[in-house]
Amino acid sequence: MKKTLQIVTSAYRCNSEEQDDPVVWICQAMKGAGADLDMLLEGTAVNYAVKGQDASGLSFGTKAQTQPPRIEEDLKRLSAKGIKVYAIEEDVAARGLERSDLLEEIKGIARAELPKFFAQYHQIWRW
Amino acid sequence: MTLTFVMMEAPFENARTVSVLRLIDAAIRRRHDVTVFAYEGAVAMTFARQAPHANAVHGRTAEEEDHPLPKDWVAGLMTAAQQRGVKLEWINCGLCVDERGVAEAIPGAKRGSPADLWKASEASDNTLVIGTR
Repeated sequence: MKKTLQIVTSAYRCNSEEQDDPVVWICQAMKGAGADLDMLLEGTAVNYAVKGQDASGLSFGTKAQTQPPRIEEDLKRLSAKGIKVYAIEEDVAARGLERSDLLEEIKGIARAELPKFFAQYHQIWRW
Repeated sequence: MTLTFVMMEAPFENARTVSVLRLIDAAIRRRHDVTVFAYEGAVAMTFARQAPHANAVHGRTAEEEDHPLPKDWVAGLMTAAQQRGVKLEWINCGLCVDERGVAEAIPGAKRGSPADLWKASEASDNTLVIGTR
């Protein structure tokens, strides 16, 4: 079976409407279908690794959102299923984030390590 | 060779849709079998109710404008694949279709799930994802 690395490069694009991040979601679905994959958060997507985000409370007129996106829970669920979730350290630092701001499940990886890191996977899917 | 393409961009919004169609076209011309998994906005590429229009700015009728609609391009690719004896399988993510209300798709476009994407990828020599921003 192919082992793939799923790279998430943009964040918060349609999370309110989808009540999910579409790439994080499809990775969970593919894992459920038997896929062997890990995830790398790049660029703005490293923000997904930040603890304590709360998107609840959105409403327009009389229509309230009852199931807000809970990306933190999704990433924890991925990790519990054996999917390793990485974040590029330089992208984290560039956003003024500290390691202590991030979920424990997230593993940091430096850009210089990426070539060797990529070589562990049969394919790289960059979303 | 068998290739899988994943596309996310909705039609009419970005040059990415045309870029993906170029790649699919090239793959078919080279007689490769192709599976396309249309995700998110890309499920609208095959929406059967796309309609052409005239162009008053350029003074063209609808017929003269000959507006290329994505659904017609996809249908054209399906025909080209058939003529060359290769496979073009177009799978729209079903949940994405539902939430966008674009269930009326051109003949040949199927409804599927992430499991179908994974199966297609496993059966392919390579997979290319062209995401969106």
